[in-house]
Amino acid sequence: MENNFLIDSDELPESALAKKHRLETDPSSRTDHMKYLPGMDVIESDVCQKVMSEMKSYDYTKYTASDVRRALAKDKCDIEDFKALLSPAAEPYLEQMAAKAKLETSRHFGNTVYLFTPLYIANYCENYCVYCGFNCYNKINRLKLTMEQIEHEMKVIADSGMEEILILTGESPTKSDVKYIGEACKIARKYFRMVGIEIYPVNVDDYKYLHECGVDYVTVFQETYDTDKYETLHLMGNKRVWPYRFDAQERALMGGMRGVAFSALLGLSDFRKDALASALHVYYLQRKYPYAEMSLSCPRLRPIINNDTINPLDVGEKQLCQILCAYRIFLPFVGITVSSRETAEFRNGIVKIAATKVSAGVSTGIGDHEEKYTGIESEDDCGDEQFEISDGRSLKKMYSDISEEGLQPVFNDYIFVS
Amino acid sequence: MENDKLVIGGKEFDSRFILGSGKYSMKLIDAAVKDAGAEIITLAVRRTNTKDEENILDYIPKNVTLLPNTSGARDAKEAVRIARLARELGCGDFVKIEIMRDSKYLLPDNYETIKATEILAKEGFVVLPYMYPDLNVARELVNVGAAAVMPLASPIGSNKGLATKEFIQILIDEIDLPIIVDAGIGAPSQACEAMEMGAAAIMANTALATAGDLTLMASAFKDAINAGRKAYLAGLGRVLTRGAAASDPLTGFLH
Repeated sequence: MENNFLIDSDELPESALAKKHRLETDPSSRTDHMKYLPGMDVIESDVCQKVMSEMKSYDYTKYTASDVRRALAKDKCDIEDFKALLSPAAEPYLEQMAAKAKLETSRHFGNTVYLFTPLYIANYCENYCVYCGFNCYNKINRLKLTMEQIEHEMKVIADSGMEEILILTGESPTKSDVKYIGEACKIARKYFRMVGIEIYPVNVDDYKYLHECGVDYVTVFQETYDTDKYETLHLMGNKRVWPYRFDAQERALMGGMRGVAFSALLGLSDFRKDALASALHVYYLQRKYPYAEMSLSCPRLRPIINNDTINPLDVGEKQLCQILCAYRIFLPFVGITVSSRETAEFRNGIVKIAATKVSAGVSTGIGDHEEKYTGIESEDDCGDEQFEISDGRSLKKMYSDISEEGLQPVFNDYIFVS
Repeated sequence: MENDKLVIGGKEFDSRFILGSGKYSMKLIDAAVKDAGAEIITLAVRRTNTKDEENILDYIPKNVTLLPNTSGARDAKEAVRIARLARELGCGDFVKIEIMRDSKYLLPDNYETIKATEILAKEGFVVLPYMYPDLNVARELVNVGAAAVMPLASPIGSNKGLATKEFIQILIDEIDLPIIVDAGIGAPSQACEAMEMGAAAIMANTALATAGDLTLMASAFKDAINAGRKAYLAGLGRVLTRGAAASDPLTGFLH
């Protein structure tokens, strides 16, 4: 089974529709996804080659129950053990994996769970990524918040008690340029102790500038490490350039950021290979930049506006749990974030095993926090959402739910030093 | 196993035993080469020039790689001078940095070692720094161009074995250069353990020099190092532990 991503809007002009169809059906109409575009930094790095060679040679059908038992019995999990834990042979050992993962999580993080919330400030996008609600051919309400609106949103969020914020945009370097994002981050510094960004990949100097604006954490999802599949999903725009995206975290660290976050979007391609590559991306970069903080996320495909059938295919909750346990056992020191794409029940369960950070009070739309937090209807327009969330708990509810599980919610353990 | 070579500075070695220089005698060199299979022998440069008396250089077989060391150096400057002298003497490009600012315990000075490594690596030496096992120092040694890292197992000459085991394991796990365990290895079993952990080679001297039967001990080291290496390559087996049964399943929430 495959997802049907290709949806036509009635409101697209004929010429746009023709271009869209051409991109979808004629590979020769698309640019070379492995070639950097003019103006993109090319850095010297062997990380990509290391990750890709491990991923390409990974045959998960070869691992057996005895490989899994051996991996579970060891003190330190090496790459081979990790491959065994990600394999189908490990599925019957999920409970044992969870027990080991829980031990590692408590060894490195105690019983703490960090809380944050995302803030989307613009949803304009110049890419055509077929699974994404913000894609340029999807007919949605587009919006870019003004600085006053951003400050208002931030006030509302900060009033709820939140201390960590993740600022997001669609990928439009023209509508939401680096300067615009930087100004938003400067405001965020006034209201939050920790400011992260999840925006389009930029050059080292841009990361340096954003760091000066108060950002210290950069999240970039690779979506899939399967370059051939990637090519068929990201049909147009800067995001189509796969290697520039791969190197984004390293550029961010070169720009002075304290930490970086990684993920594949599970369900786009072979999830076991994507999970392997995501973790190895962390592993090799950590060896090169041992002082950097690293974290992994684990998003699965979700329905979007105008296409409510999109789903994560073979990545069920059990598979997701297996991946997260394997991540924790292989990389016991990294943060693991589980977003509101997952249900409250799943998130309550996984924070007791492997996850160390969850979002709360989430909206993936633009400019609708006041209405969502207080029920007061805004006179301003709102921008549409990137995807549907599953867990709409407020910060207050999340805090009490986590506490009831015997865990300690933490708002911040960070200080910005530049 | 056949293709399992120790590679240092682009040079391949079959043996993973390196003879140290502390207590030397011609008999020891002979046993190290013939019975322990050493292909690298350390040489204290300060001892090479013995005027009219016998010169250690004359006793080292030509197919053995010399590893001159800088013992006697108290800081980076002195170590650099000794290394350059070694090259002048025709000892080749390999050099083991040994800098001690402490005459009681003979512990290496990590800070000065980094400085000397940087200077000598830039001059084209294949630098093997002897160090106290500290991860940050090891990383810095990689950055400045070391060809291997040589952490001590316990105080030099003590025969006390892997007193720094946990920290050496961290270096093996995190550093992409050969980790050669140097100093303190007092018995073949300890050498074997270090090799099982993933050490690339063992350097020893006192353990052989002070043994009852030198040649027998040399061959015991050879066997132990090979056994440890084979075990490492084979992947150690499962440690059976008592499995704790969880009262409530952790994954009960999954659908």
